[in-house]
Amino acid sequence: MQKNNKWIKFATEVIILTVLFSLVQYLITAGLLNQYYQINLTSMCINIILAVSLSLINGFTGQLSLGHAGFMAVGAYMSVIVTNMWDYPFIAGLLAACAAAGLAGFIIGVPTLRLKGDYLAIATLAFGEIIRVTLQNIDYVNGPAGILGITKLTTWPWLFGATVLTILVVVNLINSSYGRAIISIREDEIASELMGINTTKYKVLAFVIGAMFAGLAGAMYAHYFYIIKPETFNFLKSFDILVMVVLGGLGSTTGAIIAAIFITALTAALQAFPAIRMILYALILIVVMIYRPQGLMGNKELSLKTFGRIWSGRK
Amino acid sequence: MLELTQQIVNGLSLGAIYALIALGYTMVYGIIKLINFAHGDIMMVGAFVGYFSLTLFGTNIIIAMLAAMLTCAVFGVLIEKIAYRPLRNSTRIAALITAIGVSLFLEYVTIFLIGPSQKVFPDSAFPVKAYDIAGLSILNKDLFVFISAVVLMLILQYIIKWTKTGKAMRAVSLDQEAAVLMGISVDKTISITFAIGSALAAAAGVMVGVYYNTVNPLMGIIPGLKAFVAAVLGGIGIIPGAMVGGFVMGLLETMVSGYGNSLYRDAVAFGVLILILLIKPSGIFGKDTGEKV
Repeated sequence: MQKNNKWIKFATEVIILTVLFSLVQYLITAGLLNQYYQINLTSMCINIILAVSLSLINGFTGQLSLGHAGFMAVGAYMSVIVTNMWDYPFIAGLLAACAAAGLAGFIIGVPTLRLKGDYLAIATLAFGEIIRVTLQNIDYVNGPAGILGITKLTTWPWLFGATVLTILVVVNLINSSYGRAIISIREDEIASELMGINTTKYKVLAFVIGAMFAGLAGAMYAHYFYIIKPETFNFLKSFDILVMVVLGGLGSTTGAIIAAIFITALTAALQAFPAIRMILYALILIVVMIYRPQGLMGNKELSLKTFGRIWSGRK
Repeated sequence: MLELTQQIVNGLSLGAIYALIALGYTMVYGIIKLINFAHGDIMMVGAFVGYFSLTLFGTNIIIAMLAAMLTCAVFGVLIEKIAYRPLRNSTRIAALITAIGVSLFLEYVTIFLIGPSQKVFPDSAFPVKAYDIAGLSILNKDLFVFISAVVLMLILQYIIKWTKTGKAMRAVSLDQEAAVLMGISVDKTISITFAIGSALAAAAGVMVGVYYNTVNPLMGIIPGLKAFVAAVLGGIGIIPGAMVGGFVMGLLETMVSGYGNSLYRDAVAFGVLILILLIKPSGIFGKDTGEKV
């Protein structure tokens, strides 16, 4: 019975994903989805990747990182160097982006993850800014002017694949024994160390995986929007991602996804009023922290089961 | 040699500004263990109050600075009351995220109200003159910044060491519960700390206006971060440490722009931060304390 249920759940998920994928693919090929919606759809997927990967670090491991945009920058630049400058295929660019961002995450994570709480936050913020300043000073990638005229390679199948892959990896990691170790660090670092968990190893692991997917998001971003420059990846971008994670709930993947979709839509709606958008972000951060510090979803997940329960009216 | 002395002279006034901002960071951290991310933006608000006081009301620079300090003291107390007080017993991460929220709020409300462009600090309020002393060229604005910063630091030292309020502040930062038992009002003391710290930041904001000649709504971010580095360098929570850290950061920055690549100026500050955090996270003047379970 248990096994049967699992199969049904798996099959439903596959069907939902296939339908979602084909529907959007059909809308795009039939020309029913105009440029404006396509751009927003792309931003939405990129933001989901970023939010889910950051929620692994901030939400599940409980290590406040403010340098996520830095890893995104590493991925974006690496992928563009591989595809545009060295003429390798897109997949090579994506892999290189993940590898480079993961490596950056490792180099930054090993020393800084010894720090706790607010010190870690500041150190990651500092590293994110160092990455940006360094990129500004490298002539090979045009310094502050950035790289223009990147071939548009990010298509819906790539984007959809990357988003689903990110969610799958993070969810499966969280539900494994690794994930339980990671969550125990968030709940109480000293206690989990006493239980024999190598906390540094798990923190670095979560950090590296989060950084890799941020790199993937960066590669997707670079190959859709034609242009990348260091200024795009400043710490305000990191705060953007943080808002999504905080709003969704520290420790909820579905929360991060919903928040990413909501924030992207909000950004699109308030495009003409950037100041108001940022004021709203600020208010969201303050109000959510004061009245619901665990985020809207807390650590609850939205699943088919929840819908099932609502459907049949059971609590 | 002369060149080096000149660089040091230039660095001292910048360092004095950083030291003033760092003092606010360190005092707030010492008392409620919160990195007040919005501190740099309070400095920005101070700079704008100074700017409007100079341009709209035509006051002199001293009055402008006092007006900025008074306004920001009120702002600091309000921010603490509205945003930080409800979170005093929640996790430090929650408080930190709120501080980021307050910082964004101040920046973008300012952009919304007066636009994102930068404003030129009126020259007439402070005619720049250069003095030639022993081959060194010293600008009167450097002297103004340095002297007023030192005066403010002396006043602060007096308040903390010799007044009852200062004693209460030290007591609360040492042991909050014991302070309550001694009849000290913790809420009131924390409010006063925010008021003093914000006033110092506002003074620094007016000085930044005089020093760089421009003000803009995002001007608080980078000096704020650097002052934070200065506070960590000296040992966060330790008041003399913040002063020393501020001067070290100012000197280092002028050295890097003077002798190296000025594009790396900001990266150096963050590099310093990471080095301290890795080598001695408690800072130059800090004591290493073990972790209590």
